[in-house]
Amino acid sequence: MLIVMSWLREYAEGLPPTRAVADALIRAGFEVEGLRGVGGDVSGVVVGEIVDFELVETKKKAVRWCQVRVAGGEDPSASGVRGVICGAHNFAVGDRVPVALPGAVLPGGFAITARKTYGHVSDGMICSARELGLGEDHDGILVLPPSAPLGADVTKLLDLADEILDIAVTPDRGYALSVRGIAREAATAFGLPFTDPGAPPSAQTPTGDAASGRPATGEAEIGEAAGAAYPVVVEDTAGCDRYVARVVTGVDPAAVTPLGWSRRLSLSGMRPISVPVDVTNAVLIGLGQPLHAFDRAKLTGAIVVRRAAAGETLRTLDGVERTLDPEDLVIADDTGPIALAGVMGGASTEISAQTTDIVLEAAHFDPISVVRTARRHRLSSEASRRFERGVDPALAPVAAATAVALLVELAGAHPAPGATDLDHRPAVAPVLLPLREPERLAGRTYSAEVVRHRLADVGCTITATATDAASDEGVLVVTPPSWRPDLTRPADLVEEIMRLEGYDTIPVTLPLLPAGRGLTPAQRMHRAVGRALAYASLVEVLTLPFVAADAADALSLVADDKRRLAVRVANPIAEDAAYLRTTLLFGLIAAAVRNIGRGQQDLALFESGRVFREQSGAPVRVPTPPVDRRPSVEEIAALDSVLPKQARHVAALLTGCREPAGWSAPGREVDWADAVDAAQVVAEAVGITLTVTAGDTMPWHPGRCAELSVGGRLVGFAGELHPRVLGDAGLPPRTVAMELSLDVLVEAAAAAPPVVAPVISTYPPADRDVALVVATQVPVAEVTEALREGAGDLLESLTLFDVFEGAQVGAGQRSLAFGLRLRAGDRTLTAAEANAVRDTAVELAVQRTGAVLRA
Amino acid sequence: MPAPGETVDPFRVHALDPDQLAAAVAAARESIRAAADLDALAAARTAHVQGAAAPLVLARRELGALPREERADAGRRHNAARAEAQAAYDTRLAELTAERDARVLVEERVDVTLPAARRRRGARHPLSSLSDRLVDVFVAMGYEVAEGPEVEHDWFNFEALNMAPDHPARSEHDTLYVEPTDSGRVLRTHTSPVQIRALLDRPLPVYVVCPGRTYRNDTIDATHSPVFGQLEGLAVDEGITMADLRGTLEVFAQELFGSGLSTRLRPSFFPFTEPSAELDVQCFACRGEAPRQPCRVCSDEGWIEIGGCGMVDPNVLRATGVDPARYSGFAFGMGLERAAMIRYDVREIRDFVDGDVRFGLPFGIEV
Repeated sequence: MLIVMSWLREYAEGLPPTRAVADALIRAGFEVEGLRGVGGDVSGVVVGEIVDFELVETKKKAVRWCQVRVAGGEDPSASGVRGVICGAHNFAVGDRVPVALPGAVLPGGFAITARKTYGHVSDGMICSARELGLGEDHDGILVLPPSAPLGADVTKLLDLADEILDIAVTPDRGYALSVRGIAREAATAFGLPFTDPGAPPSAQTPTGDAASGRPATGEAEIGEAAGAAYPVVVEDTAGCDRYVARVVTGVDPAAVTPLGWSRRLSLSGMRPISVPVDVTNAVLIGLGQPLHAFDRAKLTGAIVVRRAAAGETLRTLDGVERTLDPEDLVIADDTGPIALAGVMGGASTEISAQTTDIVLEAAHFDPISVVRTARRHRLSSEASRRFERGVDPALAPVAAATAVALLVELAGAHPAPGATDLDHRPAVAPVLLPLREPERLAGRTYSAEVVRHRLADVGCTITATATDAASDEGVLVVTPPSWRPDLTRPADLVEEIMRLEGYDTIPVTLPLLPAGRGLTPAQRMHRAVGRALAYASLVEVLTLPFVAADAADALSLVADDKRRLAVRVANPIAEDAAYLRTTLLFGLIAAAVRNIGRGQQDLALFESGRVFREQSGAPVRVPTPPVDRRPSVEEIAALDSVLPKQARHVAALLTGCREPAGWSAPGREVDWADAVDAAQVVAEAVGITLTVTAGDTMPWHPGRCAELSVGGRLVGFAGELHPRVLGDAGLPPRTVAMELSLDVLVEAAAAAPPVVAPVISTYPPADRDVALVVATQVPVAEVTEALREGAGDLLESLTLFDVFEGAQVGAGQRSLAFGLRLRAGDRTLTAAEANAVRDTAVELAVQRTGAVLRA
Repeated sequence: MPAPGETVDPFRVHALDPDQLAAAVAAARESIRAAADLDALAAARTAHVQGAAAPLVLARRELGALPREERADAGRRHNAARAEAQAAYDTRLAELTAERDARVLVEERVDVTLPAARRRRGARHPLSSLSDRLVDVFVAMGYEVAEGPEVEHDWFNFEALNMAPDHPARSEHDTLYVEPTDSGRVLRTHTSPVQIRALLDRPLPVYVVCPGRTYRNDTIDATHSPVFGQLEGLAVDEGITMADLRGTLEVFAQELFGSGLSTRLRPSFFPFTEPSAELDVQCFACRGEAPRQPCRVCSDEGWIEIGGCGMVDPNVLRATGVDPARYSGFAFGMGLERAAMIRYDVREIRDFVDGDVRFGLPFGIEV
């Protein structure tokens, strides 16, 4: 909301300098996003009259060599006429124009001097509206009204110096989308009396007395005469609880909005168009009442406020032909809908340059109806923005009368007798405010006088004081003003008291908390995993979770892969990012490609976050519980049942050198084992070890994919990525990755029995090496498992220290060399005992895996 | 020296004569002293002290040839001579060993300023670390951490938070909806639905913080991102006041930006709090002091807006079955990216999600 300070000062007299006003408004909850001065730096511009001009043709364009009379002022020449070059053509001889004389300063400190141009000495400059800081108009120079006195200071004449506040108004304060509303707040902030320009004439006295609580019936007297001005039928009184219509005739189509008004409007962000349009905008900005002007000559029959019929259409003022919904509230006449109520007028009854008779509409429409219509038609307007946030329903007759008066003044219009006022407003319900409630919420006391005083500032009336029977506490019966539909509960009133007294007067305390239980085991584990991976030289990334429809294809996932059950965003930011990730690998691959593109080839990335997957058979629509009570367990379960599965995963991707190349070592290229190791780092961080078996799932290399599990439950996969996937993604060959379900891992870790401390033997170990030749397809894990089992309790550790394939062991075979460290807890093992253990271990391995002890 | 089996004439044995022994010791001393290195010393030892041909060793053999009555004296003389030679050897050995050690250690010197890194560095994402750090502040006060789904039901994300389907505040949320559109599923627009879940799940009083990812329909640019982190706090108890909120937020702001900075609450509006406020913290860079401006951090405002807060709206309490006449509560929420951008001078919000390793590395692991 742009607030022009000269306008605000007119409504709230006695305001201090603008900076102070801005600070006070911020303190009262109105965020001032900008404060800008206009015209304050302009000097030396006077009113001149075009005496004569001749055309000067140049290669680029034709300009005018003008003779301008600037009588008065400090003109040196006897005639008061000087020559000025002007590039604009929108003026005629006899027009009065602003002339910047040599020595003048224009906005931005732009100094004017006499200079030679186009073969003449231009003794000044004729200014456009933009050059004077008056607005954006730069199509031609600014032509002043003929009444502008020759030689007068344009700065003073046009009230050029002004300031503008840009205020962000929160959605609950519709009343503040007007100079009227902000003026009330500004006056309150400085304790100034406020004369409400929106109050009915009989009630225009400063607030703080009973005037603001006037009864609704008093307003029927507004207007020149009783009786209808134009026939109106309101069929839907819930959608439109107030409809005021006034008629003016004899509007002068040639009338021009005076500069003062057009300047205020353009500074308020409204483009001046014609007197009738400018007048409705002036009332919109000034009072906050959206008005609509119908060309009476184009109306056929009575105005009807009703819901649209199915199939009806309306061409709105923006030229769009709209098919209406039966829920749309419309203004109609005998020809059908002529306006979308509270949103936008229709083209068929639009006022034009020929319009002389106008029907003015000042109404109050149901906010929800306006929200829905505006949203349905994707059409937001100054009017709809205000109706959605709440327009003062008592304002309509005053606003209409103000507009009529302005049309009479500015366009020579005649007010037609009568004022149609269909008033179906419900009574405003009083709010019961316990006197102790402000203290209960604020943590400081407010005296009863302060409470009453602040409520009066807001416009509330206190109609009674009662005593709560149960608590024996004082209770105020408060009737909020018509422009504050947001004040319906004690808390709403408390906020008004607190903000007007100042949030800075609230003390600083801390609540006394019961002892907390700290992080949950799962939360601790999530942190541990992140730290462990970082300490293992991986870099955490957080990628966007949006992926394309063909993301699963890019990973060559099989048709029934659950990672194909992606959740789709209905209104995605981009069509190629319409789905939510089902695996973290999408983001890691994209991040790796981006890094490599930027020259970083050696990467070890990880991400921890949620992946999303539709649960098959989930109901897609469940009844939502009401919000005036706690939902039942079943209702909550029903809401949750429609949500997709949102498991927390952790994934890593490594490429390039795992160990850096440097002066001491050539660097070690990443291989599949790094991915498995990263997975084990994660498992170790939560205190478990993953069981590795050969896996085969996309997007991993079918021969280099480790399936990772714990206690028989699948946790994830690790290994080298499939060459085709790498090729498609543009990643280097041999790039590796792992992805684990943190949820499964954390569950397993939480269920694991507590660690039992080992008994540390102080007897010497016996080391025995064995070399076994086994078929290549036998997994090492199986051989290891057999050796462990065979060796039994005396085995302290088992190390695979060599793997050899070659002619010596035969084709399809490999030699595995293990070191067994044996130790007893209660004695030194004899050589015979150690050998016996070794032999038993080998025997079991031979039996299970077909291994042969190598000689 | 007599050959084996040779008859020795005892009167002709002179090797154990005092002057002979003295000469042998002198020769040994000279040889040991002259030894320039450990090898020469070992040779001198063989020649004079321990070797089979060393005069002192040979002299020892003569002992048996002496008349019985002379043996004791000769034995003592010989022992003394040997001890003397040995001592000379030991001394020289220590000297030469020390010399050698010193030389070797000098020779083995390396340039310890060579890059020693054997592994790459790792890092956590700055938002993860920041979130953990802020969460810890509250956990230390006794709060617990509550979490909730990111694809959330409209009822939790809006309705229970006092935002009915036609509430004008909804239009400010630029919601991303999830198909099918009538399913009521949205990508949560804030972490506030976790408040609802916490109030439904936990017995009163409830003191929780809720960190997490949230979503808005914003195209990514320098200052906007469709995905961003929030940290939400909620306290519902008997007697909770706005004063408690102020105090809690001061603790929080100090953890984020350092101590000694004032905070300010500005009246504002949120559907789920009443009264509502924006939280501003004094700009840590210029502290609102004109001489230190222009200030890029706060655009000369002197204050930095870091989040919204207020007293939990009675309608929110009612929707979760909490009696608003008996209980009151406060809630606050702030954007993690915004806080991190201000704190760490991040220019582009995009950097948080681009995954460029150069961005995350300087933040390390435990910051």
